[in-house]
Amino acid sequence: MTAFYAFFLTLPGAAAIEPHLPVLQVIVPLLTAPFCVVFRNGRVSWAWATAVSWLVLFTSLVLLGKVLAGGMIIYEIGNWPPPWGIEYRIDAANALVLVIVSAIGAITLPYAYKSVEKEIPESRTYLFYLMYMLCLTGLLGITVTADAFNLFVFLEISSLSSYVMISLGQSRRALTAAYRYLVMGTLGATFYIIGVGLMYMMTGSLNMTDLATLLPAVENTRTVLAAFAFVVVGLGLKLAIFPLHTWLPNAYAFAPSTVTVFLASTATKVAIYALLRLTFTVFGNTQLFATTGVQELLIGLALVAMFAGAFVAIFQNDVKRMLAYSSVSQVGYMVLGIGIGTAAGLSGGIVHLFNHAVMKGTAFMAMGAMLYVIGSVSLKDMAGIGRRMPVTTAAFLVSGLSLIGTPLTVGFISKWQLVQAALVQDWWFIAAGILLSSLLAITYVWRVVEVAYMQPAPADAPRGEAPWQMLVPMLIMAAATIWYGIDGDTTLRIAGEAAKALIGGRP
Amino acid sequence: MTEAFKPIYDLWLQFEAFMAGPGSPGLFGYWIVIALMMIGFYIVITHDNLIKKIVGLNVFQVSVFLFYILMAKVTGGTAPILADGIKQYSNPLPHVLILTAIVVGVATTALGLALVVRIRNAYDSIEDDEILAVEEAEDK
Repeated sequence: MTAFYAFFLTLPGAAAIEPHLPVLQVIVPLLTAPFCVVFRNGRVSWAWATAVSWLVLFTSLVLLGKVLAGGMIIYEIGNWPPPWGIEYRIDAANALVLVIVSAIGAITLPYAYKSVEKEIPESRTYLFYLMYMLCLTGLLGITVTADAFNLFVFLEISSLSSYVMISLGQSRRALTAAYRYLVMGTLGATFYIIGVGLMYMMTGSLNMTDLATLLPAVENTRTVLAAFAFVVVGLGLKLAIFPLHTWLPNAYAFAPSTVTVFLASTATKVAIYALLRLTFTVFGNTQLFATTGVQELLIGLALVAMFAGAFVAIFQNDVKRMLAYSSVSQVGYMVLGIGIGTAAGLSGGIVHLFNHAVMKGTAFMAMGAMLYVIGSVSLKDMAGIGRRMPVTTAAFLVSGLSLIGTPLTVGFISKWQLVQAALVQDWWFIAAGILLSSLLAITYVWRVVEVAYMQPAPADAPRGEAPWQMLVPMLIMAAATIWYGIDGDTTLRIAGEAAKALIGGRP
Repeated sequence: MTEAFKPIYDLWLQFEAFMAGPGSPGLFGYWIVIALMMIGFYIVITHDNLIKKIVGLNVFQVSVFLFYILMAKVTGGTAPILADGIKQYSNPLPHVLILTAIVVGVATTALGLALVVRIRNAYDSIEDDEILAVEEAEDK
């Protein structure tokens, strides 16, 4: 990562651009997105979006390198000093989330070309890429900002564009899924903004660092308690923690394949990052996380989510929906890391942000490829798919093993880290919960494996692989699932830095 | 006759005093905010009609707009203009913030209603329970 930063500095003009990178990260996709409407052409818009998203990935890698080399980056928008102006602040935690979001954004677009061509009418594809870029902008904005209200604005930019993208699904049920997500998402964002308002009433500030220093003096007022409750519930809706997850399964199951890949790997991750930032930076100097029972609540809900999500997944016949329920269960592991609340627990949760993005991206890309070739992701149409589409099924198998937590895949790294963090605290029941819920994961992954490899393929069944444009991104993601499962040191080290940046010197 | 209703009238007076709060006349507005918030939230949860749900969502959001406006209002305060005779002014920041939230609210409403139009074309209904029944039949 630091190599990227060093390389960037050798480019001509780098010195002039370098201080403005934090804001360019958001401004570039925001200002380039409207060009898609000017082009009015799906193919040109795709090329444009791809170029921009790879540029954004490069920027975020440079930023991560800079943070790892030289510590936190502070950017004052319009040279207004905080708390008057909006401040962007990048430490190891959001630099890592930036890389996750932009990497998934960049690698999904080459995949999108064929998939979108098949699933979305050609007259609308340029609008799809417009929404894709706006969604990317919103997610990146949530990640870089250090202003509580600015976070709300970006949250809504990303949410509104994702409602549109979900509604573009082929089935009419995509419409109702998008509608239900819109209602739940708006409630969540409004809860968050009520919480921010209550904090502003007590402190007169919206800057996260400023709030962190002002809140301890008023932490025992009912207003601040209510603010904390509203923020946690509001973000809980966005990150789909059980029992606020009801919008997620249908939204992921009926959205176009590309959208599912992108949202499943980024949107919930960014919401979890926002929850981390609010609890550990904004409310970090107060005792509210430990004293109000939020910690126990998050651990409890995370445990229920891990089991309930995986249990319901077993009974799904639509594999995309099965994977969506599996996401509910996996969000449980990430929230569990937040709930444990120690540096080790947090780094377990944060490393799972990255690991889950990679493995769920692979799984949903495989689903998109199957939808492309056989036109269905239903188990009954998948008989013998292991021989009909060997490469795609192998990629799915890798991600399935990772969902279970098999060694040599990324899923193992994060589960191992979480089990260790729980055992250090003597919370053996959490460790047991992580292991037992993995058994449920074996069951739902096995259902697919059985149909794919044990059943004979019908003679007239469509066979053959998806176009290479879809296979290559899928194989890159599958390779990353194994690569970062063998070499867990890099990701764990960055996650450790991120956890340190979030909880600071506190125990 | 009036004697008979005296206890109820006293209760009403107590209620008004409670709403106003001791020495802070500003609380009444917040009760309106809470009432609107709950009404909106209730509509979103209970109504099956998709358009009514959007309206409920709007009421819910408007209560938050009011909340921000109220918290910044200073009794007797005017707009923060640098001119003679203006000594006390309301906090302009939450007022500006809520302009952004209003824009977001309008966008959400527009998108929500657009989706309802598409849902009506696809399902021939905008009643959530009927649509759910159709979808459950599809799942089987």
